[in-house]
Amino acid sequence: MTAAIEPIIGRYIHLTLQGRPHRIYFEEAGVGIPLLCLHTAASDSRQFRHMMTNTAITDHFRVIAFDMPWHGKSTPPDGWQDEEYQLTTDAYIELIRTFRDALGLTKPVTLGCSIGGRIVLPLAMRHAHEFAALIGLDSAAYQTGWYDSSWLHRPDVHGGEVCAGIVSGMVAPQSPSNCRWETLWQYMQSGPGVFKGDIYFYRADSDLRPDLSKIDTSVCPLYLMTGEYDFSCTPENTRQTAAAIPGAEVIIMKEIGHFAMSENPQQFRQYLLPVLDAIRTRLTAR
Amino acid sequence: MPLPDLIERLPALVNGNPAVLRRGRYLSTDMMIEVGTTPFYLSIVQGRIESLSRGPLVMRSWSFAIRGREDAWRQFWARHPAPGFHDIFALAKFGEFHIEGDIRPLMTNLLYFKALLEAPRALADDVPR
Repeated sequence: MTAAIEPIIGRYIHLTLQGRPHRIYFEEAGVGIPLLCLHTAASDSRQFRHMMTNTAITDHFRVIAFDMPWHGKSTPPDGWQDEEYQLTTDAYIELIRTFRDALGLTKPVTLGCSIGGRIVLPLAMRHAHEFAALIGLDSAAYQTGWYDSSWLHRPDVHGGEVCAGIVSGMVAPQSPSNCRWETLWQYMQSGPGVFKGDIYFYRADSDLRPDLSKIDTSVCPLYLMTGEYDFSCTPENTRQTAAAIPGAEVIIMKEIGHFAMSENPQQFRQYLLPVLDAIRTRLTAR
Repeated sequence: MPLPDLIERLPALVNGNPAVLRRGRYLSTDMMIEVGTTPFYLSIVQGRIESLSRGPLVMRSWSFAIRGREDAWRQFWARHPAPGFHDIFALAKFGEFHIEGDIRPLMTNLLYFKALLEAPRALADDVPR
């Protein structure tokens, strides 16, 4: 009897981030144009497993995703037990560029969701020439909070249960039950305070609106894709962001919420593949 | 189905669902759902809805309440709710629902309460989008 083995390969890489040694897990599948994928807050690279097993993508793209420090199979830095985790824009950018350089990825296409979708905006502002294209899922320059994030990290509330409960409504009602609950399972597994620390970056650090005009989409194309059921980063938030960036392409995805690639991979595919095709056509025409 | 009839089916929907009861097995509290101007009081004991009373009832206490216009609840209980009407926090963010009181029981049992509050969708007709 032969069991199905997926083509995804996982490994660890040692990086110095914020001046401290880190052991970072990453996985990949496919060959061709590097496509670096950035997971959401409080989750990890498993969110991209459906992209990594879709040959329509992996025949043309080397899909790579790391677990951020504190997330998934990447360990927090030594001494974490006496610290409060808090993600900042600068630390996130350093992580992405350090990882990219360590793997020798030249001008990768980069796709991020949620916090990963948000970070593509600073990447586009500061480092556009280092990327072949940027794709932001649930990407907004600014958004208002809708709950008190202190509920996410306190000893008298189960962190896994409350994190999943908070985000459960950000999955579209039409998403398949198994995909919905796998997405929530990953949220249930985040370490204490990790979601709260990620949200600091998402909400507090910082309002990107004043700098959107610095983005030049002729240097690096920018795609902003948001699910219609995402009430955290709403389609309107994304449209307002794109309105300040000449050339940014907005795609609003039907029957999708905040976690397109994991909550409904089939539905997401019909929106993602044309974007990837356009990027590939542009790169091969050069 | 008229909304009051839908709400009055809540105890049967929740108490007949072993997975929801398991989620709420350590929870005992009183909550209030206000639909338009009509409050409904739910008394929950170890995850079971022991009683559901239509108000107003003078001096009835509750730990937390969720209040919303009748139309907002109707849309929330559609089988496939429209964006923005599909989650209690979405409705709260957009000013349609008001979540008040001591919300600790809600936050410590969030998946239970979401399952409870969304249970009437199983009986609902679709609201056209």
